[in-house]
Amino acid sequence: MKNFITLFLLLALSGGVQASQGVELQEADIDLTDNASLQRGAKHFVTYCLGCHSIKHIRYLRIAQDINVDQKKMLNDIAPEGASIYDQLHSAMNAHDAEKWFGTQPPDLSLIARSRGADWLYSYLKGFYTDKTRPYGVNNIVFEDVGMPNPLWQLQGQQKPTYKTVDGQKSIDKLVLEEHGTISEKEFDQVVNDLVNFLVYVGEPMQLERKSMGKYVIFFILMLLVLSYLLKKEYWKDVH
Amino acid sequence: MKPSRLTLCGNWILERFPLTNLWNEHMAHYYAPKNFNFWYFFGSLALLVLVNQFLTGILLTMNYKPDAKLAFDSVEYIMRDVNWGWLVRYMHSTGASAFFIVVYLHMFRGLLYGSFKHPRELIWIFGMLLFVALMAEAFMGYLLPWGQMSYWGAQVIISLFSAIPVVGDELSLWVRGDYVVSDATLNRFFAFHVIAVPLVLVLLVFLHIVALHEVGSNNPDGLDLKKIKQTGRRKSDEEEEEKILRGNNPDLKIMDSIPFHPYYTVKDLVGVAVFLLFFATVIFFMPEMGGYFLEHANFIPADPMKTPEHIAPVWYFTPFYAILRAIPDKFAGVIGMGGAIVVLFLLPWLDRSKVRSIRYRGGIYKKALLLFVISFLALGYLGTQPATPTATTFARIFTVIYFGFFLLMPLYTRWEKSKPLPKHLTYQPSLEERLPALIDTFHEVTVLKQVQLQDGTVVNKRRPNARGILNVITRLAIKLKKSLD
Amino acid sequence: MNTEGVDKSKRQFLTSALTVVGAVGTGYLAVPFLAQMQPSVKAMAAGAPVEVDISKMEAGQLIRVAWRGKPVWILNRTPEVLETLKTLGPQLRDPLSKESIQPAESANAERSIKPEIFVAVGLCTHLGCSPTFRPEVAPPDLGDNWKGGFFCPCHGSWFDLAGRVYSGVPAPTNLEIPPYRYVTDTQLIIGEDLQQEKGA
Repeated sequence: MKNFITLFLLLALSGGVQASQGVELQEADIDLTDNASLQRGAKHFVTYCLGCHSIKHIRYLRIAQDINVDQKKMLNDIAPEGASIYDQLHSAMNAHDAEKWFGTQPPDLSLIARSRGADWLYSYLKGFYTDKTRPYGVNNIVFEDVGMPNPLWQLQGQQKPTYKTVDGQKSIDKLVLEEHGTISEKEFDQVVNDLVNFLVYVGEPMQLERKSMGKYVIFFILMLLVLSYLLKKEYWKDVH
Repeated sequence: MKPSRLTLCGNWILERFPLTNLWNEHMAHYYAPKNFNFWYFFGSLALLVLVNQFLTGILLTMNYKPDAKLAFDSVEYIMRDVNWGWLVRYMHSTGASAFFIVVYLHMFRGLLYGSFKHPRELIWIFGMLLFVALMAEAFMGYLLPWGQMSYWGAQVIISLFSAIPVVGDELSLWVRGDYVVSDATLNRFFAFHVIAVPLVLVLLVFLHIVALHEVGSNNPDGLDLKKIKQTGRRKSDEEEEEKILRGNNPDLKIMDSIPFHPYYTVKDLVGVAVFLLFFATVIFFMPEMGGYFLEHANFIPADPMKTPEHIAPVWYFTPFYAILRAIPDKFAGVIGMGGAIVVLFLLPWLDRSKVRSIRYRGGIYKKALLLFVISFLALGYLGTQPATPTATTFARIFTVIYFGFFLLMPLYTRWEKSKPLPKHLTYQPSLEERLPALIDTFHEVTVLKQVQLQDGTVVNKRRPNARGILNVITRLAIKLKKSLD
Repeated sequence: MNTEGVDKSKRQFLTSALTVVGAVGTGYLAVPFLAQMQPSVKAMAAGAPVEVDISKMEAGQLIRVAWRGKPVWILNRTPEVLETLKTLGPQLRDPLSKESIQPAESANAERSIKPEIFVAVGLCTHLGCSPTFRPEVAPPDLGDNWKGGFFCPCHGSWFDLAGRVYSGVPAPTNLEIPPYRYVTDTQLIIGEDLQQEKGA
């Protein structure tokens, strides 16, 4: 019977259900204890993303508390002008304009890290390349024909793809920087990583709390286990 | 000595309510066989999970909004703004999966030791009804977060009804209350999930336990245990007769049995602690369980205009879902899926073996059961995967095995020769007694190696030992082969 | 089964130890379960401080604003009203507001920071109905003793225009004064003190 259990566990653990798009994803360096990175990420988000995307499930107050920024600094340096500390991160763009400009409403990003995963986001934000056939002049290597311009193009510059041919099928091999942006490639990677780190935090703001609390709970249950085992052993001395 | 106020108060109640009788009948004088093993933990664990689902469910209901426009956001509101809402929600979502794990293992115990056989057929029927109610409960609960997977899962499953000839389309329309899954569907599923089905579940649990305590628990040897009269007080024969029938006479002992309380209460506590260890690990460290307990696509709000690329039900439905997909005809598929559950109800009458426990059955049942378990797990895995042609072929093979196990049972259980039953319950080493052997095995499959860390320090670390693993696997294979004869 | 020669005290000890640990665990589990019924962050956000512009208020006018979902009154009292308030003392239960709830800077005869501007939570201290504003003196329905004030329609409690309760009515204490301060001469902010205490 043991074998069945092992088999079951193996099956359960072998690979997630998450579908991959066939493009190899680059690994994001996620560290939710790195407040400096989260602070930069929050700032980048407000600067580059909040124009179109909301994060309606979190408030500035919560972010300020969690990433260790005081409320005044949050409102002055990070949040857009006129926001209250109790506000959620609502985009200024209204639904009507969004439909007109993009054909669809840009999705709320509260849970994007939980549905897509950090590596996907990281690769996606780095995956824009020049494609004249698309309405915004860019396409994306991990999300083909996405209806979104590259919000970070000034920082990154422009990438173009190099192609390879495998079994007669032409496909994109990799992206190379064609025109430099305002910051170096390494700095850009840091910007994207901070953004993704922030989005992972936003997806589940309580995850650090959850894990640190879990240790105590497990310790407590172990205590319960030892005691109940001793009690069981004591009582079962009667049984022959 | 004057009795204390508390005692008086207690007596006042006891004179008016049969608390002592109930306690004795179901705990202190309920005699259970003394050789319950690991498999006998899951009944009480199922009860524990049920209580967990009730408590956390009530709390969730306080903040959840069963409205297509608000449902998704209200779940995130619970996760973020409500004090401790995340813990309550993870306890509920993990509890749902834990419920099925526990119940599947509980049912498997029944298959191992023939707990469904005479005179426990009705317990099995109540149990199966519980299983069906639980599936309904889980299915309707899964719609409530109103994510993409919730929505399209419900859409697909409700459309199954439309496969029924003549009335099918009307029926699925009636279930949904709309032309697609919509606000109306969500609202009625909420009503069923929070009140109707839970009431049914409680009633069935009650019946399941009452029926069990009437005939007494089965045991890993599948023996009928005789009642032995204890020396002591004399009673009139008539009275004695009646008590024997009721089976809970404190003067009457059942052979090789011990009172449920305290012996099995303290034993189950150990089981509860071990279960909680796993349960808490999932809740606090891996609440999504790699996308099996909380599916990634369900973090996207339901969108009736766009189906996710790959939809699969939650893991506990996948074996049945795989059977549905394996059959290349809509109606036949639905029949196949329903039949996979119906056939379980018939088990007490399909099995013609003279003995209950697998320990004394012939080799055919053992091999059949092994094949069945493999096919059940494989179907479960295939159900989570996209339906490629190869996968479908495999799903068909396993579907045939699944049904073969049940439908051929009247034949092979009659042919095979069972082994002689012992007079008394047998003794098997318990888990804790096997622990040293397990530790030895661990040492055999691993080897200590010196590993240099990045900062230059050298530490001893356990690394897998290929040779040891091979040895252990061979030994297990030989043991498995032997145990199948 | 053989219960002879059993170490009873060990059993007792283990049972007690397990009961205690189990009770502690249940207690810890009860905390989140009970705490989740406390006001959520959303409720606290709705209870954020409220700013009120009083520059356009006329003499004798009452305006209502919502703070934490409760009605808060802001009343611009005339000099005549302030005169009347001084004469009412003997008829009141707690004229000096010794047993009532108000911030320190409003614990005076007028129960306000500036005598003419009165701010109060508009809920009766009896059972929480919102009293009606009856500034007129001696109306037919309330009789000659009515010098202008707030009348609670639910159970007939009387309050004067400083929110002080009369003797012989059900309400036990004067109306509650919320924490508030003047940002400018004509700009009030209500509920800030409390918020700073609880938030951040």
